[in-house]
Amino acid sequence: MSLIAFGGAAQFAAIGFVASGLAWSAIVLLTLLLNLRHALYSAALAPWFRGRSLLERAVAAHLLTDESFALAIAHFRRVGRFDAIGYWYPAIATTLVPWSLATFAGVMLGDAIVEPRRFGIDVIFPSAMAGLMVGLISGRRELVAAGAGAAIGVGVSLAISPTIGVIAGGLLGPLAGLMIPGAEAAANEGPRAP
Amino acid sequence: MSTDLVPLAVLMFAVTYPSRAIGLLAAPAVDRLPRRALEYLQLVGPAILAALAAVNVMVTTVDGRPSFTVGLAWLSVIACIAIVAWRRNLFLGLGAAVAIAIVGRLGGLP
Repeated sequence: MSLIAFGGAAQFAAIGFVASGLAWSAIVLLTLLLNLRHALYSAALAPWFRGRSLLERAVAAHLLTDESFALAIAHFRRVGRFDAIGYWYPAIATTLVPWSLATFAGVMLGDAIVEPRRFGIDVIFPSAMAGLMVGLISGRRELVAAGAGAAIGVGVSLAISPTIGVIAGGLLGPLAGLMIPGAEAAANEGPRAP
Repeated sequence: MSTDLVPLAVLMFAVTYPSRAIGLLAAPAVDRLPRRALEYLQLVGPAILAALAAVNVMVTTVDGRPSFTVGLAWLSVIACIAIVAWRRNLFLGLGAAVAIAIVGRLGGLP
């Protein structure tokens, strides 16, 4: 599942749903909703992939995750252009390979870890997302977008569901950021033509 | 090891890949987007990562109902943010977050 579906949150959820006996059709629908945020990642990365081959973009899409997105886009913004290693290294070496190996290890040894919370494993994902977010904050606009994304995400999660909340935060947070008059208009720091 | 879930994984791929590909495969059309849309796309990253982190630590689902939660994970995430902002080192931030969680739970915190 780690190699084929390659989606951390969706895999976690799917395993829980399978264990609870939920129908596969429902699991697939929930996976679709849970992973809709990748459309936002994909759209945000698109300007940096201008001029790359269709095959490269198609393969890159399969390896697009929360982590590879955050690491790659921070790198692209830092260097001001697309950088192949800046995408493929985080996508493969720091995400796909460790995730697959860790999944395998979990299948083999998971029962030995009786209570993962005792080892702080549950805080790794949110801390990583927050830490990666910090790397993308370069001005007031990003800060406001992040704050609004978090607030909207939590509010909508409580009102509807966490899956919808994350998508709502990602969709509406940037609108709040755009309300900030931007000296640092992000388009100005966008990619140079390849 | 069972392979019963491989067909499910294939179905999950089938509904996930289009989301991942839609923007990247349309990359050549990005040139035609208005400037405001490009500015919006630049802000998607911080917003969605913040939403993921916040929802993960502030919302728990019990019996299908989401509820607001306060716990040690907040402190871990805040410490991680502070350390990454200060030292620009994600691994240091993650190490601190995990250490806080371990020590706090040894002390009986939720």
